[in-house]
Amino acid sequence: MTTDLKYTPKDFKSDQYVRWCPGCGDHAVLNCLHKAMAELGVAPSQTAVISGIGCSSRLPYYMNTYGFHTIHGRGAAIATGVKTARPDLTVWLVTGDGDCLAIGGNHFIHAVRRNVDLNIVLFNNKIYGLTKGQYSPTSDRGFVSKSSPYGTVEDPFIPAELALGARGTFFARGIDVDLKNTTDILLASAKHKGASVVEVLVNCVIFNDGIHKKITDKEYRADRTIFLRHGEKMLFGKDNEKGLVLDGLKLKAVTIGQDGYTLDDVLVHDAHTPENTMHLMLAMMGGDLPVALGVIRDVPAPVYDEEVEKQIAEVQAKKPARKLRDFLMSGEVWEVKE
Amino acid sequence: MAEQAKVTKLDKVVIRFSGDSGDGMQLTGTIFSNLSALLGNEISTFPDYQAEVRAPQGTLSGVSGFQVHLGSRNVLTPGDKADVLVAMNPAALKVNVKHLKPDSIVVIDTDSFRKSDLEKALYTTDDPFAELGLGGVQVIAAPISSMVKDGLAEFGLDNKSALRCKNMFALGLVCWLFERPLDYAMHMLQNKFAKKPAIAQANIKALTDGYNYGHNTHASASTYRVEGKKVTPGFYTDINGNKAAAYGLIAAAEKAGLQLFLGSYPITPATDILQELAARKELGVKAVQAEDEIAGICTAIGASFAGCLAATSTSGPGLALKSEAIGLAVIAELPLVVIDVQRGGPSTGMPTKSEQTDLMQALYGRNGESPAVVIAAATPTDCFDAAFWAGKLAVEHMTPVILLTDAFLANGSSAWRIPDLDEYPAIEPNYVENYHADAPWKAYRRDKESQVRYWAVPGTEGFTHRVGGLEKDYDTSAISTDPVNHQKMTQTRQAKIDKIAAHIPELEVIGDADADLLIVGWGGTYGHLYETMETMREQGRKVALAHFRFINPLPENTANVLLKYKNVVVAEQNNGQFANYLRGKVPGFNPYRFNRIKGQPFIVSRLVEEFTKLMEA
Repeated sequence: MTTDLKYTPKDFKSDQYVRWCPGCGDHAVLNCLHKAMAELGVAPSQTAVISGIGCSSRLPYYMNTYGFHTIHGRGAAIATGVKTARPDLTVWLVTGDGDCLAIGGNHFIHAVRRNVDLNIVLFNNKIYGLTKGQYSPTSDRGFVSKSSPYGTVEDPFIPAELALGARGTFFARGIDVDLKNTTDILLASAKHKGASVVEVLVNCVIFNDGIHKKITDKEYRADRTIFLRHGEKMLFGKDNEKGLVLDGLKLKAVTIGQDGYTLDDVLVHDAHTPENTMHLMLAMMGGDLPVALGVIRDVPAPVYDEEVEKQIAEVQAKKPARKLRDFLMSGEVWEVKE
Repeated sequence: MAEQAKVTKLDKVVIRFSGDSGDGMQLTGTIFSNLSALLGNEISTFPDYQAEVRAPQGTLSGVSGFQVHLGSRNVLTPGDKADVLVAMNPAALKVNVKHLKPDSIVVIDTDSFRKSDLEKALYTTDDPFAELGLGGVQVIAAPISSMVKDGLAEFGLDNKSALRCKNMFALGLVCWLFERPLDYAMHMLQNKFAKKPAIAQANIKALTDGYNYGHNTHASASTYRVEGKKVTPGFYTDINGNKAAAYGLIAAAEKAGLQLFLGSYPITPATDILQELAARKELGVKAVQAEDEIAGICTAIGASFAGCLAATSTSGPGLALKSEAIGLAVIAELPLVVIDVQRGGPSTGMPTKSEQTDLMQALYGRNGESPAVVIAAATPTDCFDAAFWAGKLAVEHMTPVILLTDAFLANGSSAWRIPDLDEYPAIEPNYVENYHADAPWKAYRRDKESQVRYWAVPGTEGFTHRVGGLEKDYDTSAISTDPVNHQKMTQTRQAKIDKIAAHIPELEVIGDADADLLIVGWGGTYGHLYETMETMREQGRKVALAHFRFINPLPENTANVLLKYKNVVVAEQNNGQFANYLRGKVPGFNPYRFNRIKGQPFIVSRLVEEFTKLMEA
């Protein structure tokens, strides 16, 4: 961290005791957010943090910014109102997999579709924690929980697929145990103009412990994840010895030097291409392919809250009335004289 | 040249224009009511349209109507029954039989009363008037379609376009019947079709032809004159309740120096409010058409948190969806205006019809003890003042305010003097800059007298804070589940609303001070109840009217008024919601009740009859 920063992470911390369970992944993301905000350099008083309901949605109370802890699922709609009313504010939306993708699914896809300039941080622990352990819309098929004692019989949402399906302009993925990269991703999301979705894979130590272990554990992380950076080769593995190549219309993980693959065959990540097919393919990886982390998509597009103000300015350039009475007098009126 | 027809003077007259929903009856009625207002008549109008976007031509379900009541004084309702009906086809005649006086004048287009037309409207004989038992009416039978086609031959319009002008022929005929000069109608048509001068000219030709037809053929034995009267000088326009509500919000924002924000979702009969505010960009209004009703109110709550005068507009089903979010505004103590344009319910019910059935929902339709201000507009133009009041109370008392209007007010219109905002009270939000106590400021610190918390708008240095749906500690503003604190906060939120009673006008009683019967009403029934009172007084009875615009809290003198009269009747378009509410608020109050839930406005003659019976009992 450079020393010429206007703010330190402490400037963004409130005096409230953090009530998440010890060992919860949310603590780490909170710290990353404090750091990212300090690096971003927007004053706490110019920052609004909005949330819905759920464990992660308690987060605004731990921020020394303007904060609004709202109702279940509606954070995206409320944040849309905040940002549309006040484009000068930096607006963060903190939400979880249940809040964002079940009860709030409609608001989420529409905030993304409109491209409201929100920084959406989606804490995905694949479980309802606050209500003590029911399956969520991101739980895998067959997942056993208190409300699915025999396993679920439904497929989950993949947040990236939903965000890109809603024509999202920014999608990134991070993990709670990688503080440095998650901080960078959050900072990148704040710098993106438009709706940015950051999915952070977090652990629920009480009700879903180890759900992301098979990719986040240090032992396998290098082989089972790939951290994507715009303009760089898609390499992974402990010594970056593996890479992603295109095999027909599919992605394939290869080891450089094996089966005739060279470094030149490895794809270069282009987060800025408007075409989202490759972004979707990357975001959907798993199983034989490493799970993609980092900024997967980051493209410019018209921003809703700015467009609203632009349109007002355009109309005002053409129509002179600024007061209600002047407007009414310019319409169909008749005068009754003394 | 025909000789001068006889002229009959009338105090009041009710005219109903009716035809296929594509016949332009709404435009015809609007032009006629506006030009009557210009001549000094009082006017009240009511469009009666179907929920179907466009039903098959000539069928009963496709009929759309527009009723205009005009008179020299005290015109407060669109009138019970029509003195004149313009029926563009047999279906329109049939649908309107129940709206006709026995001796009314009926104008028909004979070209659309052919056998096939009668069949479409399900007549079983070839004499529609006899079949409907309309022996006493005076029929003006004019071949309107063919005369319009002939009259417009030189314009080179296709058949369909020419026939679109037949409503103007009918308007011209009615203008002749009521001695209305055509210049204002011509002016309106020129404005409406400013970009299509040929169409404007064709319509004006049809209008003139209709007028001349009446004049030259002596279409009626008499013409009619409704004198205008002196009205308060000023500039006037024609306005319906929805527009008035939209403008009232703009006025409140202007007065308070706040950005106006509307979050809304289309719903009949409230959509006009969204449309009007979406169009008012020159006045800086931000209007978001949200993805659903919940997002409508939630974007507004977000905007309120961000420092706007924020509003959402809806109807009953939408209000139900917004319940949880209103509760959030209650506990977060954020200003918010919720306009509910009531319609027939429950569920989808009768979307285009009018009721007063959402009162209990507005007062109590939320989880927890969640008091909100509830006010109701009395007339279409009062929607302006009511919306202004809603905005004022919301931002000055940091509370959601639910404004109840209804489909009748929303679509009904009357002439309205364009207000000078200097005549309206100031709006002064309780900004955090007003906080001067020694203890450090916290989000839920409040003014000792009013119990209103201070509004710290994001962006203000030094006042970052967190609010939300969880209960907060009275002193520290941190999350709290302490039982004593919850009781205190619940009582505080209630007290904050109760104290608003000192900031609203007292309940006014009009009519006889020593009345034998007090009529009590609220909201959109004012005009009908007022006319009922006047009619009964003209018949020699002592009657008074107390009409509520402020419902929660009630005006401070409510109990004094209600308990003063021996006989009180509460009349409302529901099963007695307001009567029950008043009984809970005013111990010992035991009124008669008059309840109608038909989706239609009250009928004054019925009210007079019922109330008279009640007085004689």
